[in-house]
Amino acid sequence: MSGTYLGMPAFPKAAAVSTQNAQLRANLTHATHTIRDKRAKAVAELADWAELRQAGKEIKDRTLRRLDHYLLQAEAAVTAAGGTVHWAQAAAEANRIVADLVKAKGEREVVKVKSMATQEIGLNEALAAEGITAYETDLAELIVQLGDDLPSHILVPAIHRNRGEIRDIFREAMSRWGRPAPEGLTDSPAELAEAARLHLREKFLRAKVAVSGANFLVAETGSLVVVESEGNGRMCLTLPETLISVVGIEKVVPTWRDLEVFLQLLPRSSTAERMNPYTSIWTGTTRGDGPSDFHLVLLDNGRTDTLADEVGRQALRCIRCSACLNVCPVYERAGGHAYGSPYPGPIGAILTPQLRGLTSEVDASLPYASTLCGACYEVCPVAIDIPEVLVHLREQVAEHGTGHRAERAAIKAATWLLDHPAAYRTALRAAARTRRLQPRRLPLPGPAKAWSDTRDLPTMPEQSFRDWWKTRGQENTP
Amino acid sequence: MRVALFVTCVNDALYPGTGRAVVRLLERLGVEVDFPEAQTCCGQPQFNTGYRAETLPLARRTAAAFAGYDYVVTPSGSCAAMIHDNYPKLGLPEAESLPGRVYELTEFLVDVLGVTDVGAYYPHTVTYHPSCHGLRMLGLGDRPLRLLRAVKGLDLVELPGAEECCGFGGTFAVKNPAVSAAMAADKVRNALATGAEVLCGADNSCLMHLGGTLRRQDAPLRTVHLAEILASTEHSTEKEPLV
Ligand code: SF4
Repeated sequence: MSGTYLGMPAFPKAAAVSTQNAQLRANLTHATHTIRDKRAKAVAELADWAELRQAGKEIKDRTLRRLDHYLLQAEAAVTAAGGTVHWAQAAAEANRIVADLVKAKGEREVVKVKSMATQEIGLNEALAAEGITAYETDLAELIVQLGDDLPSHILVPAIHRNRGEIRDIFREAMSRWGRPAPEGLTDSPAELAEAARLHLREKFLRAKVAVSGANFLVAETGSLVVVESEGNGRMCLTLPETLISVVGIEKVVPTWRDLEVFLQLLPRSSTAERMNPYTSIWTGTTRGDGPSDFHLVLLDNGRTDTLADEVGRQALRCIRCSACLNVCPVYERAGGHAYGSPYPGPIGAILTPQLRGLTSEVDASLPYASTLCGACYEVCPVAIDIPEVLVHLREQVAEHGTGHRAERAAIKAATWLLDHPAAYRTALRAAARTRRLQPRRLPLPGPAKAWSDTRDLPTMPEQSFRDWWKTRGQENTP
Repeated sequence: MRVALFVTCVNDALYPGTGRAVVRLLERLGVEVDFPEAQTCCGQPQFNTGYRAETLPLARRTAAAFAGYDYVVTPSGSCAAMIHDNYPKLGLPEAESLPGRVYELTEFLVDVLGVTDVGAYYPHTVTYHPSCHGLRMLGLGDRPLRLLRAVKGLDLVELPGAEECCGFGGTFAVKNPAVSAAMAADKVRNALATGAEVLCGADNSCLMHLGGTLRRQDAPLRTVHLAEILASTEHSTEKEPLV
């Protein structure tokens, strides 16, 4: 994934810092609560939401079971419609393909439609290394790019910023990237949007190459689908001569009838809209209409490995709606950057470690970045049982990860005790006898300190339940 | 009808008053309850932390301890959910029939016994935090609230943001202490804003986390398990007082 995320500290360390940032906490609480309430209303409008959700899950599962077939079908259809299909096994390969295509056109810049796949592979940085500038045109991505920042949310990458911060970023950075911010720019949403519009317009009109992702790829006709709110994506998809779309292989759906289900599930789950304002669909190239040169880069980058995992593969159903982020109490407090990946929140915690592996410190910490409260599973429009996958990944970390030796020993010891009731009873009695000596805080490092830094330890009772039950039995016996 | 109490390891060791309250409550309602002493822990901490192999002996032990009982009642939504949702994933033939016989306390009262008014008396202002596993995995719905509303003298006040997790999460509380504490702080702030005297819940592990946070702040609010409120009556004795 993006090189800029490399070397991130493990989640608990990053979150220990971000939870102290009062401004960030306030921005995130406000934004996530607003959208989560709206989503709940938009979903409640549909009497058949549960059936739609089930259908979405089943369509994705069915497609994933025969992914090879649908991908080849899509490739044939795109090719027949005048497009060119490239296959990229890893991030570097995809970046290489895109850079070569841009250079072959003799271009030094591209405009970009908001895309998670290109964030995942760090395309902007790879292009920059080849002397090609990628301009983000989604408003929130623009804010992130101008602020030399990292995205912290799937749908609203600048969710961690408030209006005042955005105004400051525009004033300070727009001139370095093109048209400067208007004089006397305030933080009114209308003025900020107008400033972005003016800044971006010259790029839309100038660009010869656009890069996008896609929300869906319809196999039967080879049609690509991008849903968005602003219309900036539509500009990129129609004005330039060349369009390059980088699309994860799990984005394929077999037919237009299948697509219909997702066009209901996605907008209500992500922006809480009945229908998103812009749905762009294109099939190869059309003479005299839109780009005359179209390239589809099909990206694996860890997806095939994920598909091989019977429990973990459900993460590939994800349609990137962000509903799980918006209800997640951990995301709300830690913020997106703590997840060390463009995929933050609950879906990030199960997707990133599967796509990248569990070797880095941050990736091995992600499966634990959840209380398993289940709020994510409840809202997920394709019913991904995120807690189940988190526990599954914890098993892999505990099995293969380093640094879990002490934990394993402690768990084994506790399990032995719990499996030997006589020893267990003795241990409970010993704990009860020493209860007056037990402190409410513990100064020594380790789990007990992590607990007692902010919480008193519970006081041991004089008598365990099982001992009470025994005495009671004796009292009752005549 | 043979009824067993699954008290859970947390209640056995740290909150025996909750177990005693369940016994008192069920006996008052005419249910004879057993405590099979072979029981210890359902294995949830092992399972949720990623130690499946270590879960197995405890799941076997739990299944064997409760074999032959028609109903297994537990004052913990979380442990009930562990047995309901996760035991089937363990592939243990001997544990197959257990999930269908395990009832979280409020489920047992409302669905099996068909009571919401258990004849309790509790003259306090109470707010209720529905723990996540009871709420989302078991789907307890408003059963706890219906039981609380029927308690004489009890003034129930709504907890803002009630459905949001308290931040306990088992080993999460010590693996991610900063986020866990931030979640507890928000939950406690919401609970204090209600002006209630008692923060009630149906899972003592969450109450241990919230109660520990409240005590550290010397806050004027105590945590009490739902079973203890339902067990309290006008005739509560010195030995089993109004909590
Ligand atoms: S996991 Fe589900 S809720 Fe989360 S972004 Fe993906 S589809 Fe949406």
